[in-house]
Amino acid sequence: MAPKAPSREALTLLRHSIRHPGTLRSQTQWRLAVRPSLRAPLRPLAISRNAATYTHSHHAEAVSIIPTAVDTNSEDFKENKRQMDEATESLAELHTRISRGGPQKAIDKHIQRGKMLVRDRITALIDPGTPFLELSQMAGYGVYEGEDVPAGGIVTGIGTVNGVQCMVVANDSTVKGGTYYPITVKKHLRAQAIAQENSLPCIYLVDSGGANLPHQADVFPDINHFGRIFYNQARMSGMGIPQISVVMGPCTAGGAYVPSMSDESIIVENQGHIFLAGPPLVKAATGEVVSAEDLGGGRLHSEISGVTDYLAVDDAHALVLARRSVSNLNWHRNQPASPTTPPTYKEPIHDPAELSGIVGTNLRRQIPIHEIIARIVDGSVFSEFKPGYGSTLVTGFASIYGHPVGIVANNGILFSESSLKGAHFVQLCGKRQIPLIFLQNISGFMVGQDAEKGGIAKNGAKLVTAVSCVDVPKFTVVVGSSAGAGNYGMCGRAYSPRLLFTWPNAKTSVMGAEQLASVMEAVGKKVDPELKARIERESEATFGSARLWDDGIIPPEHTRRVLGMGLQMACGGRNAGVERESRWGVFRM
Amino acid sequence: MRAVRRSTHLSRQLLTASAVRHSSTTAPSIKPLTSVLIANRGEIALRVGKTASEYGIRTTTLYTDPDARSQHALSSPYTVNLGEASAYLDGDRIIQIAKEQGCQGIHPGYGFLSENPAFARKCKEAGLTFIGPPWQAIEAMGSKSESKNIMTAAGVPCIPGYHGANQDPEYLKSEAANIGYPVLLKAVKGGGGKGMRIVNNPEEFFDQLASAKSEARNSFGDEVMLVEKYITTPRHIEVQVFADKHGNCVALGERDCSIQRRHQKILEESPAPHLKEEIRQDIWEKARAAALAVEYEGAGTVEFIFDNDTGEFFFMEMNTRLQVEHPVTEMVTGEDLVRWQLIVAEGGRLPLTQQEVEQRIKERGAAIEARIYAENPDMNFIPDSGLLLHLKKPEATPTVRIDAGFVAGDEVSSHYDPMIAKLIVQGPTREAAIQKLRAALEEYEVAGPITNIEFLKRICVSPDFVAGDVETGYIQKHHAELFTPEPLAPEVYAQAALGLALQEISSSRSDPFAAPPVTTAGFGSGFQRRNVHLVEIPADGKADSKSTTISIHQTAPTKFDVTVGDQIYTDVISTFTPTTNTLTTFYPHTRLATTFIRDSDRLTLFQKGKQYRLQLAMPKWAEKALGVKDVTNSVLAPMPCKVLRVEVKEGDEVKRDQPLVVIESMKMETVIRSPHDGVVKRVVLGAGDLCKAGTALVEFEDEGEK
Repeated sequence: MAPKAPSREALTLLRHSIRHPGTLRSQTQWRLAVRPSLRAPLRPLAISRNAATYTHSHHAEAVSIIPTAVDTNSEDFKENKRQMDEATESLAELHTRISRGGPQKAIDKHIQRGKMLVRDRITALIDPGTPFLELSQMAGYGVYEGEDVPAGGIVTGIGTVNGVQCMVVANDSTVKGGTYYPITVKKHLRAQAIAQENSLPCIYLVDSGGANLPHQADVFPDINHFGRIFYNQARMSGMGIPQISVVMGPCTAGGAYVPSMSDESIIVENQGHIFLAGPPLVKAATGEVVSAEDLGGGRLHSEISGVTDYLAVDDAHALVLARRSVSNLNWHRNQPASPTTPPTYKEPIHDPAELSGIVGTNLRRQIPIHEIIARIVDGSVFSEFKPGYGSTLVTGFASIYGHPVGIVANNGILFSESSLKGAHFVQLCGKRQIPLIFLQNISGFMVGQDAEKGGIAKNGAKLVTAVSCVDVPKFTVVVGSSAGAGNYGMCGRAYSPRLLFTWPNAKTSVMGAEQLASVMEAVGKKVDPELKARIERESEATFGSARLWDDGIIPPEHTRRVLGMGLQMACGGRNAGVERESRWGVFRM
Repeated sequence: MRAVRRSTHLSRQLLTASAVRHSSTTAPSIKPLTSVLIANRGEIALRVGKTASEYGIRTTTLYTDPDARSQHALSSPYTVNLGEASAYLDGDRIIQIAKEQGCQGIHPGYGFLSENPAFARKCKEAGLTFIGPPWQAIEAMGSKSESKNIMTAAGVPCIPGYHGANQDPEYLKSEAANIGYPVLLKAVKGGGGKGMRIVNNPEEFFDQLASAKSEARNSFGDEVMLVEKYITTPRHIEVQVFADKHGNCVALGERDCSIQRRHQKILEESPAPHLKEEIRQDIWEKARAAALAVEYEGAGTVEFIFDNDTGEFFFMEMNTRLQVEHPVTEMVTGEDLVRWQLIVAEGGRLPLTQQEVEQRIKERGAAIEARIYAENPDMNFIPDSGLLLHLKKPEATPTVRIDAGFVAGDEVSSHYDPMIAKLIVQGPTREAAIQKLRAALEEYEVAGPITNIEFLKRICVSPDFVAGDVETGYIQKHHAELFTPEPLAPEVYAQAALGLALQEISSSRSDPFAAPPVTTAGFGSGFQRRNVHLVEIPADGKADSKSTTISIHQTAPTKFDVTVGDQIYTDVISTFTPTTNTLTTFYPHTRLATTFIRDSDRLTLFQKGKQYRLQLAMPKWAEKALGVKDVTNSVLAPMPCKVLRVEVKEGDEVKRDQPLVVIESMKMETVIRSPHDGVVKRVVLGAGDLCKAGTALVEFEDEGEK
């Protein structure tokens, strides 16, 4: 691709010049609207008082509609689209491969036993016509050398069961017998964290051989290891977040606590088994010879031990029972009995499918962030806050599927002004209980003497403080690069966004591979010639997603839907109408 | 011959005309009816009420407990509860109510009390006008033997036969010769085809007689035989007659009602096809003679059996009431027969002369009526009952008429006749009328009880019927053609699966918080592929039910990929409107608009003018989890019914087709026979018990248990 970097600044200039008349126009309108009222008091009493200029809502709304400068016939657009489509295509293929689960032999054996495959179980569990937002499909991808662990051996995601949004955590026993690798544990815990933050009832479809023994050191004892699963179950149950288990396979040792710690549990006879030690271990320990079914089968636990509450004859039956359990949660009890009319909204007037051609995969190019926002929000309507100040950070109000949101989006490097504006805006949203959407494309805060003089450190800190303390649901989408402290100021993973997604073109690293290599050189270390390539690889979206730095990679054009589902998850269900007062840390002035 | 008949015809007209003039002074003066009690139910009560209201006559309706919310009961503000289901037959009570309500007349409709001479007499004695013939005429026509004598005396041909006591074989043979072969030998006490033989020529007479006698002896212990003329291809042709109190009598054309099942009519048409004009005139003449012979008044029908081979016709009986199929005559004459009944009852004169009637018929062409019953043609037209979940009628026009007693949501009760409606169409020719009838039937949608609509459609396109080659044995003779099941097109299954999915989606209660209207998000898209297993409900309830798997994959709120067998439809756009139950789907090759009705696990689809009935296959787990009872060793009640008699005891060894239980439903007895040889393990219900369809009546021993 021809280096077109110089034109980037020109493009930015162009953007500003395009936006400028808009600002002018609104000023004119303001003047026009005000003048008659100024003149009014000079007139004698109410005989011919001038009326306020009538502005039809059609024109008033036009103020906020984002115009587009995208030329879909331009070479740039076509080239960008080709690159992004290629990246998306290969990711789609990868995801399809991952969604097949384990090796064919394991799948055949699974089906032969009369069991449903994990994704079929989920389909049978959720309501027809509702989406299942699967999380972190890339988990474990290339993490364990020589071992293929598709989706980390566990499928997690948000689905609607009998009208209730639930977190589904389902073992895939075709992948290494459903055993827990370190990434499996991490994914399970992440799902629980999402459930806890968003008050989502949890449904565990258990079919796992327990901890993966060769990896026991990275699975068993630490704070965020296996034990945390049960801790979370107990805590969530305490918070009134229902925990439901469906035992559809083995549930051995530690795993036995998943159903045991649940509010309600269902077991499939002649298929699900719960025991602290399986028949071989029992024989070794006590010499007792007992079959799996007699030791911890469905009938035993449903009729004798009481470990499980409902006995199912097969997977389909068990899932029907699970759906019934959810229907008895009385989940929407605080919401009005007769549903109010759903909010109306318009789809964006600019086509989200154009995002690929706008963005491309070359991060050296400036991403025109208004064009991105215009393809995510309702009607492409965006009430920009402080458009003329600190313009490298774009802030403003919009809505997604009728949910009001505040948007904080990078449009260049973070300066002191942009940081201050960002902090201000985040506070506004905190006061107004408006969920925040962060669109990250940040190489970092400005450096240099001028910047330091201007207090970039304390101003950046204000943004970080505001983002950390604001108590509204936050969502982050990495649409480009995510580097340095910019990652923190823009609500990176460490700032607990409810969900974080990356685009296929995204790159996450402390700094660019090239800069990193030169810094290393500068501090006098002998530089590994492979370093640059490694950093390059490690900043790829797939690398991060495999390690759960995000909740998944999404096609750019699905950003709107994914955020819409996230907003429903965070604001619907038991969260509806709940307001939390943000308690701000000290802002260094 | 023809000229002679025409002249007698004319002279009779002159005669009646002079008789009218002559008797005008002595005839009762016109006494207008202002208030009438309708002693009937269903469509006929509504139909009578309609005409009465049109002329400002107040109508009082009656209803029983099961009929309290039926349409006829709701049609008038004046309505009286009779109580128990059988009370429509309580004549004394009805007369008392009529008097209490200040009604001047009683219209009996058809069935119930309409041909009860005692009731007609009591009405008269109570000072009420019975809207029907004089009770004496009813009585005369009510007796088979008496009516035959009267008819023979009046010159109306009756079916030749010997019913006497002389059982000498030679004598019987001579009688047979008098009658003319072929003849029918029938045991006097016989029934069900036992003790019955057809003799085609004199040579085989004695052999057949001996065989009939022995069978009769074995079956009924009696061998007394009667000999009658046997008609190989009989048709049922009847003549609508109308007479007034002034001695006028007209024939309002004939109706051919040969298409029958269980000896009951389902299609009636006028004029009768392929009927020579002189025979037509003769049969009208004979019908009027029959009416005049009993000093008839009002509406009546003279039924004849017509021999298609010889062109002869014989008197069978006279129905002394307005018949179910009277609209056929109304369509071809353009007259309102209930109006005529009221005029006659009031003492008025018939509105048209015979010539005017004939002129009308000539102008108006042909009409045909289809009776729509809740019954299952594939199970020997066994009646059905239940809630009418969905009812869509063809649009009524001056040439398409629907007389219905039900609306959607009503229940077809097992206490009464299962007729849902009558559909009557008129066209310039018979072919035009049949074509129109078929089109109207295709628009007629009834979901709930099984109906004969699909069967009627098949008759409408049956070549022999279209050609006018009708006979009373038509249905049996064309059994293969009319009852062969047609395989279902894959689109039917696809529509059913889409309907199920979209109906469930549209009715799902969900978080009132707005959810994005999407079915997939992100790279994961494999979560909406579902297999639906559907079973075609075997029409005869016997065929093995093999389920068909339909795979549907929803890719967007209205977009699906559907797979039925090896047929794949991609990017199908489908929407369902719950208020009208319509499912509109755009397939790559066509658009299909289907009415989709689901009643628990049963689906009824109407598509391109056809009805399809499907059932959700039982999930694999259901039998084990729900303990769904295995009923392979039981005999089930085919419909809601009352057990009349139980013919077996526990422990009995029974043969295949041996009667087990006799049930009654819809006023009809049905014998439930053993499906196979076996030993009765348990008789579940006893005589007098009421049960629902599908209830076990008799359980058999397991093969293994024996």
